[in-house]
Order: sequence, then C-alpha cells, then structure tokens
Amino acid sequence: MNMKRNFGLGCALLGAIGLTSAADAAEQITFVSQGGAYQQAQTVAILDPSAKKLGITINQDSIPDAWPAIKTQVGSGKPIWDVVDTPTGNCLRGGEQGLIEKLDFSKIPNGAAMPEAYRSPYSVSYEFYSSVLSYSQKTFPKDAPNSWADFWDVKKFPGRRALRNHPFATLEAALMADGVAPDKLHPLDVDRAFKKLEEIKPHITVWWTSGAQSAQLLNDGEVDMEMAWNGRVSAVAKEGAKVAFTYNQGILQSTSLCILKGAPNLETAVKFLNEAVDPVHQANLPLHIDYGPGNPKAFETNVIKPERAAQLPSEPANAAKQALMSYAWWSSPAGEAAEKRWASFMQK
Amino acid sequence: MLALVSPALLVILALIVLPVGWLAWQSIYHDGFTLENYRRVFTEDVYWRSFALTFEISLAVTVIALLLGYPVAYLANSVPKGWSILILSLVVLPFWTSVLVRAYAWLALLQRTGVINQFLRYLDAISEPLALVHNTFGTVVATVHILLPFMVLPLYATMQKIPNDLMQAGASLGASPSLTFMRVFLPLSLPGVLAGCTMVFVLCLGFYITPELLGGGRTVMVSMLVSRNVELYNQFGAASAVAVVLLLSVLAIFFVVSRFISLDRVLGQK
Repeated sequence: MNMKRNFGLGCALLGAIGLTSAADAAEQITFVSQGGAYQQAQTVAILDPSAKKLGITINQDSIPDAWPAIKTQVGSGKPIWDVVDTPTGNCLRGGEQGLIEKLDFSKIPNGAAMPEAYRSPYSVSYEFYSSVLSYSQKTFPKDAPNSWADFWDVKKFPGRRALRNHPFATLEAALMADGVAPDKLHPLDVDRAFKKLEEIKPHITVWWTSGAQSAQLLNDGEVDMEMAWNGRVSAVAKEGAKVAFTYNQGILQSTSLCILKGAPNLETAVKFLNEAVDPVHQANLPLHIDYGPGNPKAFETNVIKPERAAQLPSEPANAAKQALMSYAWWSSPAGEAAEKRWASFMQK
Repeated sequence: MLALVSPALLVILALIVLPVGWLAWQSIYHDGFTLENYRRVFTEDVYWRSFALTFEISLAVTVIALLLGYPVAYLANSVPKGWSILILSLVVLPFWTSVLVRAYAWLALLQRTGVINQFLRYLDAISEPLALVHNTFGTVVATVHILLPFMVLPLYATMQKIPNDLMQAGASLGASPSLTFMRVFLPLSLPGVLAGCTMVFVLCLGFYITPELLGGGRTVMVSMLVSRNVELYNQFGAASAVAVVLLLSVLAIFFVVSRFISLDRVLGQK
C-alpha cells in the first residue's frame, strides 16, 4: 500500500518533470513589437493573459523598425524571433519575398472570423491607428476644417499647415481633397495625387518626419492644422493644449502580426497568433492606450464602454468615415514606384 | 614603436577600415556585381539636388563661421592669458550639450511662437512672424552654432604662434595697426583659416540631426538621403553608394587642401 502510493507519487513527479521540460523546450515564443508605452499596454492587455491561457512563456523583444531585422534574421537561415507586430505592409512584402510564413487559417479561428480586409495570407490585423486631420482650437474655435478639401482650401481656412514627409496616407488625403470618395481610392491615381499635392506644397510650413515632431508642432502652435496620428493628437490634448481632430476622411492604418519564415517555435507561434486576436484580449488593449483593436469583434464584447469606443479609430462608426489603407497596393510595384517618386516631389 | 601603436591600429582597422570597406563592397555587390546604385546616384536629379544643397549649406556655414570666429580667435589671442581662457571656455562650452538639445533650443528661439518672433512683435517691428526655421536659414544658423568651435580653435592655435615681435617691427617701420594686420598678421594666420574652414566644411557635409529637425523636411542633405535610401530600397547598397560618393568628395577636399598645407595642421596638431 505504502509502496504503491510512493510509486504513484513517483510517477506523478516524473510526469510533472516531463511536462515542465516539454514546456521549456517547445512551449515558448519570442514576440517582438515596438517598445515603449505601446508594448507595455499590450503586455497587460494581450501578452500576459495569452501566456496564462495557453500555458506558454512569451519572451519579449522590441525594435522601432523590424523590417531590416526580419530580412537579416531570415536571411541568416536561423531566425530567433517567432511573432512580429509590425506595420501591415512589412508582413505583405515579407510574404512575397519568402521571409514570412503563410498562415493556415484553419488553425487560427479567431483570425478566420475577422473580415477579409483585416487579414492577408500572411498576417492578421493587430491594432489600428489613424492619420487624421487635426487643428488648433485657438485658430478655429468654430467652423474648423473637417475634410481634406478644407485642408487644401487656403482661402477659407487660412493658417499654417503641416503634412507627414511620407507618401503613406498623404497621397490618400490628396485624392480625397480632389474629390475621390474614401472607399474609391484604390488603386491610387498617383499622378492625380501628386498634382493635387503640388497645389498645397507652397502652403506647407513643415513636412514632419516623426510622431513626436508632429505633436510638438501642434502643441507649440507652430502650425494651425496638420495631418497627425490620432494617438499623438489626443496625447497633446490631454496635456492641456487646445487641439482637436476629426476622424472624417482619416486614413485608417494598422500593424499586423506575422510569423518569421522558419520561426523556431512555429506551432506555438500559430497558437499565440490565434490567441492574440481573441476579441476579449483585443478589447482590453484600448483600455490601456489610444489605439483601436485589430479585431472588429472586440467591439461586440462589452469590454469597451461606448464612450471609450467612440474615441477609437477602428470603432465601426468611426471606421465608416475613414479610408482603409491598402497595404496590398502600397507593397505592389505601383506603390513602391509612388514611394520612390516622393523624394523627387519633395526636392523639386 | 609599432608595438605601441598596434592596439590603436587594431581599433582603427576593426572600427573604421573594415566597416567602411564592407560599406563600399555592398554598394557594388548585390547578387553579383552591379553599378546600378551608382547609376542612380549620378543620373537621378534627386541626388544632384541634395549634393548641391549640401555643398551650398556647407559653404555658407563655413563663410559665416569664419566671419564670426576670426574676431573671437583674434580677441582671445590678444588679451591676457586669464581672459583668453575665459573666452575659449565660452567657445567650448556648447560642446557639453548634446546636438539634439541645441537643435531644440534653436527651435524654441526661432519658431513662429518662439522667443525672437515674440520679441519682435512686442516691439511692433513686424506684423507677421518671420519664417526663421523649418527652412534652410534655420538649418544654417544652428549648424554654424554647433561648428563654430571647430573654426575658433585652429585659428587661435595658429595665431598663438605668430610672434608678437613681427607686429612691433611693422609698427616701428611706420605701418599703421591696420596695415600691419593686413600685411603681416592676416597672411600669417591664413594656415589657421584654411584649417578651420576645412574642418567646418567637411563636418558640415555629414550633418544629419540639425537639418532633419530644423529644415522642415525641405532641406534634404546627403546624410538624410542615406537614411531614406535604406528605408526606400530596403537594401544597404543603395545607401552605401551615396555614402561612398560623399566620402570620396571629402577625401578629394582633403587632397586638394593638403597641396596647400600639411594635414597635421588641418587637424590642429602643429
């Protein structure tokens, strides 16, 4: 009896040891995002709960621009990262260049349930932000500019202006200013967009390059209106500056999750990917930072209060006012050509 | 002697020669030899504009730094030792502040709601704020500020070596102070002028943060082109080619200057 019990205990112990070592060997992944407050918010909202639910260890790494590292890691044949959170275009471009795993959506039910515009063969949307028209409420206490046509109208809305020194979202804004409907932008009419940009170019005081710079311009009153990312504008407003923005004709952009080709923990990575876009985890993200969930089903979970939802870029009513950026177009040859054309536009 | 310098040589080899060599190699080798990156640099006008603008800005910065720096060095050279130390400390002081902080400080001074515009409006000297920053002007102002010590120090070092007797001799032969300056002091200080100008010009060619922050996106200098090329073409070769062309122009400048003056002097040693 005694002996039997000990034997049983021994078996259980052995089994436990076997389990833990298996967990150590296989059940972990390395997840990479962009660091800062953004990665912290994810850790609380998505990463820790996912790790707990799946019983895996998530090792974190961060890098501002993952693309060069993806190239070198996969190029070396022995990548160390598994899952990367990066602007969606990188996932698509990486997929086309054989750097990113093709996803089997039968193993990712949460991803398969998302609308098609929110996923690609290589990636699922993870979070949303928007390039919006923002303005100083000091300059425009009422009758503020509310569309890109207003931004282009220097007579009706005099004031100093800034745009991002990058074709992403800027070409879309130019086309909307020229009368193209937000849902009819693609494929972008590049010639028409640059022609429209030539029109506003003499009135642009600053072409900003970093999010921090766009925030400073608005905060210091250096410009009266500009294109900026919604999270940056709301942060400036929270600090007490009299600034506001509109989601009308914003350009909805996203980062996505994708898995490196030949990732060391492929199976666990797929499991994590599914868990990370779970509607409830996704709904937790905007409770910690001003970004919208990548999975629109998050808005049906009741985790996000209606007044909070109304502030988020991917909330369905807000999303309906905006243009969804087509990363597929931007990573196509036409998109790449437009990106190269930007440099000569700026220096003319 | 060789044993003594070998650690230094190893450091230079590992940290300078190898990376620069690797850089140059990447610019001509990408899945086989290719001159595509150089073809682009020499045929697309974006690159020409950037190189031209970079040389223009560097020239402007050098001239302004010389005009501002020469009197400072002259003053530091002619006052008693204690005063000259004070003057030189003031010249070197900004070195202890990061370039980034100084760029933002200029932003605070020059922007529309900045100190200078507000003061001028207070005086009613202007009705509309002046466009002092987010353009080439702002870039030049901040760059001059950052590079001024590189002009003053070689000038001062050269002036220190001009024997005072020569000026006294000039005066005793009946020359006015301004004539002695023009005929004796100025020619003897020219090596310092050349040294300071070369330093400032060459350093300015590679400026990145200042034009990026104060140029408003329009002032695209060569170093910014390097970083944009990495983003745009997603391969380092495209950026390397720009860097190599810039490096070769710098070497060419040093070569030309070395025909007139020993390089030791440019680097401030003798």
